Amino acid sequence: MGKYIIHRLIHLIPVLFGITFLTFALTYLSPGDPAELMLSATGITPSPELIQQVRGELGLNKPFLIQYLNWLTSVFGGDFGISYKYSKPVLDLILRALPATFKLAGMTILMTMIISLPIGILSALHRNKLLDNIIRVISFLGISLPAPWIAIILMYIFSLKLKLLPVMGNTNWTSIILPSASMTILLASRYIRQVRAYILEEISQDYVIGARARGINDRAVLLKHVLRSTLVPIITQLGLSFGVLLGGAVIIETIFSWPGVGKLAIEAIFTRDYPLIQGYVVWMTIIYMLINILVDISYYILDPRMRLEKGA
Amino acid sequence: MLAFGLVAIGILAPYIAPHDPLKTDMMNSLKGPNSIFPLGTDQLGRDLLSRILNGALNSLKMTFSLVIIIFIVGTVLGTLAGYFGGIIDTIVMRFCDIFLAFPGIIFAIAVAGVLGPSSINTVIALAVVNWPKYARLSRGLAMSIRKKDYIKAAKMGGANEYQIIMRYVLPNIIPSLIVTATMDIGTMLLEISSLSFLGLGAQPPTPEWGYMINEGRTYIQTAPWLMIYPGIAMFITVTIFNLLGENIRDILDPNKQYEGEI
Repeated sequence: MGKYIIHRLIHLIPVLFGITFLTFALTYLSPGDPAELMLSATGITPSPELIQQVRGELGLNKPFLIQYLNWLTSVFGGDFGISYKYSKPVLDLILRALPATFKLAGMTILMTMIISLPIGILSALHRNKLLDNIIRVISFLGISLPAPWIAIILMYIFSLKLKLLPVMGNTNWTSIILPSASMTILLASRYIRQVRAYILEEISQDYVIGARARGINDRAVLLKHVLRSTLVPIITQLGLSFGVLLGGAVIIETIFSWPGVGKLAIEAIFTRDYPLIQGYVVWMTIIYMLINILVDISYYILDPRMRLEKGA
Repeated sequence: MLAFGLVAIGILAPYIAPHDPLKTDMMNSLKGPNSIFPLGTDQLGRDLLSRILNGALNSLKMTFSLVIIIFIVGTVLGTLAGYFGGIIDTIVMRFCDIFLAFPGIIFAIAVAGVLGPSSINTVIALAVVNWPKYARLSRGLAMSIRKKDYIKAAKMGGANEYQIIMRYVLPNIIPSLIVTATMDIGTMLLEISSLSFLGLGAQPPTPEWGYMINEGRTYIQTAPWLMIYPGIAMFITVTIFNLLGENIRDILDPNKQYEGEI
């Protein structure tokens, strides 16, 4: 088991190299001179001599690979560079914005679970009856919703017209409602369908028929056996959804001015703040992969069958 | 059927749109829906209906190119990997892993952000991130087919590898892949629009639904229709394609294992 974890962590390294290399390469290739950008971001129009000087300082005149290695080494030392726009260390900016994004993601996952599990189960149990069909239609529409659209509509209805909830920012405890509600609607629609499908699949398995034949009442069968098996694929999905969440959070954060990393990244892109963009990509990837590893580990723990097979 | 209607609208849009979507007319800006401009005008006086119709063309163009690209690239690579195994398999899978490790939208943001926003860059970025799915799928299917008896029979009959792939492997793989692709049309459309919404995709003055939603954001209190209608258009389109996908799946794929929907 420990070996498995180490194996996965080692696997992380080449991927990280690949990603950082790609991002760095893209940054290198893209138009715009980093030195010039950095200086203009402070509001002054730089003279050619100043640009040259800063280029020398930043080591931009060295060949590409050397620059990449320099960047890598400083990253290992925890230095992700200085943001062009904010003139602050990238690491600080990212770490400061991460909690907000996690809060949002966490809330969304929580709400999604609370909503989709019961509804999905209900839908499966009343299969093809009216309740099920209503749920299926609604969730089908839910997965077709464009994220920005539903977010803005919710904002329109609840903030502007009804004046119930704050429009943007992270001011008080109500601020999180709209953003996470938007994401939850999208995510829960998918999950309801998944839960329903998994449960239906489990119910038709032989052991369920066997248990019922032996007289165990339906509710016990459901709770103890079916749910347990369903939990495994659902958790896997959750982990994978996290990546989607991190990405989708970008849109929601932008719309609601939620001070998370997503918003930070978008601003960084528009101001061509390359150090920040790179830091963002690296961090997001690390987090994403860690979550995946966690999911795999939980998979391993929850499902004894996995232990019979070798690694993923 | 509905989907064909949609695509037809998309293609015909430039002809049936009542006004030039790019023509601005400041006198008429921000008018509500009326008889001349059925869905109202935007802040530059452009007719919203025409922009939505042309937006259909643009959004669908981008979506279809995207899906076709990842379909072809993913399927080819995956089939080769699955059928031949060995080194090819390892290489392709390593690449898959690298790209799968990226949270999709984040990489798309990085690419679009660094290379500059444009429709083409968006499609490229999303293509790079999404092809592994098809590669994995086709690889798995190819691998399971490789062991079947009729393949051995074909080999003994003297067919060469190319013929085997074309005549046996591919036809058995294609249905599942087409199902996935059709269901992806909706998803890809949403992703493209999301990126455009963020300003990373289609650029002004090109009408594109995601971008139009973003434009409408500023005017939400004075002219809410600017945001509502493009969104509705997107919603309806995605719904139709998802429906199409589900129906195709019911027809083509008796297994239904990977989705589990019964």
